[in-house]
Amino acid sequence: MAVTEKDIQESKKVYKEKYGFADPEQAIYKAPKGLDPERVIEISQMKNEPEWMLNFRLKSLEIFNKKPVPKWGADLDKIPFEDLSYFVRTTEKQGTTWEDVPEYIKDTFDKLGIPEAERKFLAGVSAQYESEVVYHSIQKDLEAKGVIFLSTEEGLEQHPELFRQYFGTVIPSADNKFAAMNGAFWSGGSFVYVPPGVQVTIPLQAYFRINAEQMGQFERTLIIVDEGAYVHYVEGCTAPVYSTDSFHSGVIEIIVQKNARCRYTTIQNWSTNVYNLVTQRSAVYEGGVMEWVDANLGSNITMKYPSVYLMEPGAKGDILSIAYAGDGQVLDAGGKAIHVAPNTSSKIISKSISQHGGRTSFRGLLKIYKGAERSKSAMRCDALILDQESRSDTYPTIEIEEEQVNLGHEAVVSRIGEDQLFYLMSRGLSESEAAGMIVSGFIEPIVKELPMEYAVEMNRLIQLQMDKAVG
Amino acid sequence: MATEQPFFLIDDLHVEIEENEILQGVDLSVKRGEIHAIMGPNGSGKSTLAHTLMGHPSYEATAGQVLFNGEDILERDPNDRAKLGIFLAFQYPLAIPGVSTLNFLRTSLKAVKQEEISARQFRKHLLDKMDLLKISREFAGRYLNDGFSGGEKKRMEILQMAVLEPELAVLDEIDSGLDIDAIRAVGEGISSIMHPEMSIVIITHYPRILHYVKPDYVHIMVDGKIRQSGGFELAEELEAKGYDVLLKEVMQASS
Repeated sequence: MAVTEKDIQESKKVYKEKYGFADPEQAIYKAPKGLDPERVIEISQMKNEPEWMLNFRLKSLEIFNKKPVPKWGADLDKIPFEDLSYFVRTTEKQGTTWEDVPEYIKDTFDKLGIPEAERKFLAGVSAQYESEVVYHSIQKDLEAKGVIFLSTEEGLEQHPELFRQYFGTVIPSADNKFAAMNGAFWSGGSFVYVPPGVQVTIPLQAYFRINAEQMGQFERTLIIVDEGAYVHYVEGCTAPVYSTDSFHSGVIEIIVQKNARCRYTTIQNWSTNVYNLVTQRSAVYEGGVMEWVDANLGSNITMKYPSVYLMEPGAKGDILSIAYAGDGQVLDAGGKAIHVAPNTSSKIISKSISQHGGRTSFRGLLKIYKGAERSKSAMRCDALILDQESRSDTYPTIEIEEEQVNLGHEAVVSRIGEDQLFYLMSRGLSESEAAGMIVSGFIEPIVKELPMEYAVEMNRLIQLQMDKAVG
Repeated sequence: MATEQPFFLIDDLHVEIEENEILQGVDLSVKRGEIHAIMGPNGSGKSTLAHTLMGHPSYEATAGQVLFNGEDILERDPNDRAKLGIFLAFQYPLAIPGVSTLNFLRTSLKAVKQEEISARQFRKHLLDKMDLLKISREFAGRYLNDGFSGGEKKRMEILQMAVLEPELAVLDEIDSGLDIDAIRAVGEGISSIMHPEMSIVIITHYPRILHYVKPDYVHIMVDGKIRQSGGFELAEELEAKGYDVLLKEVMQASS
């Protein structure tokens, strides 16, 4: 199962053709490089923001400057903060039909299959190119029921009170260095509100595309699911392959009200020159359910731990995480469950695959506060290592302040065995097909949670990672 | 004459594992429609022969040849051998969690036959074979061998054989670890699949299964070589005398 440099180059080439193509840069505005407060003021002015938001940004920048780069996970010392552009605008006006979108950008999304998916199985689409949302749509009947699905800037402009009531409440800028950075430079992302009792039965999709070289993208998403409502939000992302690094730092805040349910699915497929440092957190109230489905395939370094804060009795949070690290990738993922109220339950399930010298780390936090009695939690991480060069580590943390709780924790690391491959090959499968089948079986418990179209896409992406890789 | 040619021929096969010679010159000749039983005590090299015939990478053939339809297959990968029409039923089938038996077998059949088979067409094919072998249809949706009992795994091997329709099936201790009823179920399953164009090499320690899958020829293997061959009566003799007595006679005769 020796992997040659040629195999790795081949699989990279496939990414480059399908997702990693680049458009010539045609920005109408690209901010000068660097982290100057002037840049922050400029962004705020270009977006015609109220003063409170400008102050929020400036305060966030201060926090960012004060906080040190975290040392506990992947190596972040090489992030070229001073070489990045923090704001790139490509169009004056957001489109509501694809005809309104500049031709070359529409072509990009066509190649990525977004308009087609929109016609077939989505309730709404948001397409972000560089720093801003360039296209936005939602089905008319959902709009009529009061469902709001806008870019975050439009949310702020059109629903200022609702926006301000929740913005920054689940993830304050002081939470961590990169949440602060997002607070200062945020641009794009979605604002979603689902009124009480409304069920959005087919997914809303957001797609994030970085095209420019050496840029920072700071998606900011706020989702409010009101009492008894349901929504499934899916995000995907890709970027061209450059020799220089780009940077994506998102902040996603979700509020799940009483008996509401939200599912948030990520299929992260950045090119391997992107740093992906994202803070995702949900506050869940009485009887509410939050489900994170987090698939990380791309990026150079990812650090991402979707979290649930179970605030009231009966709240429930599930975090399902997949990571697939190849050559040169470090995927540090997992989840956090914080039990604040009694009778709350959580589940963190992680499946990771490493290959070609890739490295996956599982980081899980379970915290049960005093008073959260009769809470239940299960944490499970399975790692599959495909060759000798690759690596997987597990870092679970469990902090319990209450005695009457029910906990389970399990971790299993395995390697694909010669006998397993031989068994499948004796049934006519080639070695790479056999390995592919073992891998897709390994992630099946999570893939089956995806809507059919995404499950198909996910299996295809996994196959792409595997192709030519086992030889 | 061409029709007299055995379609499967093992000629002076020597095999090593980690530089220990396990097979020391095995000869075997099988014609279409024949059932051959290879019997022998533990450690005689029976399973090594089975693994070698399918191309397990840890087993190195150092001399001899294995001809299938006139072509030496020893250099071929296991998947190519499967495509030629060779099937190995494993003594210890492996579990593949997360992959349903149905999906696995469809992928496998497409690979072996090298043609597209619609989901509907395949489903019917599979269910027919399951009914034939009296295997509950519920197994189609279960993950391959995951959490199956020993007997269930062995019956799934027979199901795979039925679905893939090989020309030559090598059954490696298909009866080991099974109780009397399970041996009967497996044995009857095999005979219901057997047809005049198919050949079977059944490798076993115990004669019992041979009452259900009656061999045309019985071979006794000891220390990496076939020491005696005969008809079904050789299995009966073994059953009556046991290995100790029979082997003494065999070794005396061959020395």
